[in-house]
Amino acid sequence: MLKTFTRAAGALVLTTALAQPAYADLSGTLRIMSDMSNPAPRAIIEGLAADFDAMHPDLTVEVDVVDREAWKSQIRNALTADAPDVINWYAANRMGPYVRAGLFEDITDMWENGDLTGLDSVKGAMTMDGKQWGVPYTYYQWGIYYREDIFDELGLTEPATFEEEIANCQKILDSGRKCYTIGTKFLWTAGGWFDYLNMRTNGFDHHMALARGELSWTEDEGVRATFANWRKLIDMGAFIDDHQTYSWQEALPFFVKGEATAYLMGNFVVPHLREAGLTDDQIDFYQFPKIGDHPMGEDAPTDTFHIASNAKNKEAARAFLQYVTSPEVQTKINAADGLGQLPVNSNATVGDDEFLQQGFVMLSQNATGGIAQFFDRDFPAEMAKTGMEGLQEFMVFPDNLDDILERLEFTRQDVY
Amino acid sequence: MSIVKANRRWNPQIVTPILFLLPGVLFFLLYVIIPIGQSFNISFYKWDGLGEAEWVGLRNYERLMQDRAFEVSLWNNMKWLVLYLLAIPAGLLIALFLNQTVTGIRLYKSLFFFPFVISQVVVGLVFSWFYLPREGLLNAVITTFGMEPINVLGDPVLATYGVIAAGLWPQTAYCMILYLTGLNAVDPEQIEAGRLDGAKRWRMLWHIILPQLRPATFIAFVVTIIGALRSFDLISIMTNGGPFGSTRVLSFYMFEKALSEYGFRMGYGSAIAVVLFLIMLVFIAYFLWSMWREERAGRH
Repeated sequence: MLKTFTRAAGALVLTTALAQPAYADLSGTLRIMSDMSNPAPRAIIEGLAADFDAMHPDLTVEVDVVDREAWKSQIRNALTADAPDVINWYAANRMGPYVRAGLFEDITDMWENGDLTGLDSVKGAMTMDGKQWGVPYTYYQWGIYYREDIFDELGLTEPATFEEEIANCQKILDSGRKCYTIGTKFLWTAGGWFDYLNMRTNGFDHHMALARGELSWTEDEGVRATFANWRKLIDMGAFIDDHQTYSWQEALPFFVKGEATAYLMGNFVVPHLREAGLTDDQIDFYQFPKIGDHPMGEDAPTDTFHIASNAKNKEAARAFLQYVTSPEVQTKINAADGLGQLPVNSNATVGDDEFLQQGFVMLSQNATGGIAQFFDRDFPAEMAKTGMEGLQEFMVFPDNLDDILERLEFTRQDVY
Repeated sequence: MSIVKANRRWNPQIVTPILFLLPGVLFFLLYVIIPIGQSFNISFYKWDGLGEAEWVGLRNYERLMQDRAFEVSLWNNMKWLVLYLLAIPAGLLIALFLNQTVTGIRLYKSLFFFPFVISQVVVGLVFSWFYLPREGLLNAVITTFGMEPINVLGDPVLATYGVIAAGLWPQTAYCMILYLTGLNAVDPEQIEAGRLDGAKRWRMLWHIILPQLRPATFIAFVVTIIGALRSFDLISIMTNGGPFGSTRVLSFYMFEKALSEYGFRMGYGSAIAVVLFLIMLVFIAYFLWSMWREERAGRH
């Protein structure tokens, strides 16, 4: 009943009521530099800025949208010279360089004084050295997206264990298709496979210890077990050929044409599949099946907002962070017609979309192991780069495993 | 009094050249010489580009020696250097072929020159489509001859050669244009004299024409060697250094380590830059030396 009322009351009225008293006298200019450069995210950030601007008559909100890929290297210049007030980035280890260099503002007080409520589940991803350095605004699940129609045709059901996964895959291969499409040209897609295989084989804690550099790539038995499981799939011929030549988008047609039946991917793949002409009856989603007896860990990369330490209008910046994470705004921007992702606030409503609903249930009820960010966000940058290159090589030449692990170990000794 | 007069006469001759050189020298210092010094300096530090730089002495270089990715990049640079030189004879051949007066020859010339005009990015894209494992034209052709399809850019052994082949296309056009202009300057009287002495085909080319094309050959060498050493765009577009880092060259590796998404190891990147600079320096020094020698010979 209360929820219905909240929704009916409308987002704007409530947020205005909440935010106005605390920050009624915001003035000056709020400069936001954002990497939300794809069409849908761009509309969201521009809408957010316009709404926030309208709420505060004396405040001017300026948005500068930078290409998402370019931003990954431009953020350094942006934070050091004439810093904007609010910027986009990623949670967890990816914050490290900026936190250590003192370029992100410490906003622990906001997390502690009750300005940010309903965000407990994502607090860990924003914490570094016991302090919080920003707020999340969206995240999304990873999982195995598959062709429901082909599964029906072959009489397959969603597998719950790795044995079932392999049995399914064998039937798919026998029907003349590949089990999984993947494009590893830009490496990270292979990182997703490793994340899941390792979290399932050895558990979430093992995976995080590996990410923190506490385990040896060559000595640890668990790591080898993960690669052995992966190898089962590779030796079956489960993955499409020549995947090292394709980007993740170039691997989509295999799925769309039905030459491969599944794709381990983030939820952002769904709009691409729909645009390619697949209906929701043809696509479905399941959680990566269980391998060892461990609570399931999941990848759910979180995108964030931060305040630059050199910001000029920190008061307005803080108000904006609070605004973005409020339940109403979270519901609105993550809705199916917005970002189409999951809201970070537990009081927000998940978008009306079968994949968002399934993903939300999976992450909130069936990810008891823990939530990881992703291979290239959990591992330090250099380890991630060498690591993903090794994973790609392993997928093409599994016999090179010993050599690959030695290289990763060499990098580990150097990085941590 | 006479000394003052002498000074007045001397001054413009010294001051004017200095004034003219000054802007160039200043910018050359600011944008070339000083950054080179800075690169040397940074290569002795461990620095992420943001925080405090930590002095590590020669450690970056020691690590380079053990780094297999660096070794691969170095070898690939050698492959580029050697194979890129093929552009020179190929360019000469096309130039000789096009150096005739036939109707429409201007059109043919511009068609051959075309690949040099389009951007390297486009060349890279076109070639990566050409090489595509399933749909690519290359595989369509070789499978009609009954051969197995190959994935050029996905094969760690073939990929670098595939990228170099793409690079040779515009580079050959460049060398061709250099030779075409060179051929315009060939002295017809010498050819006539050669012909009277019975020189034909190869002997004519080798003894009469090529010696007169020496300046063009020299420039073709310079641009090709420098072009090979700074190959970057094609690798970035076609393979992104992959598969598993097998197509990296030093310039690309330097970029990856210092400036890319997973990089920001400025010291290590600078150490790679220094090595690349030293390799280039060998060639640049040789070129400068031979130019100086030519000029001196020309003056006598």
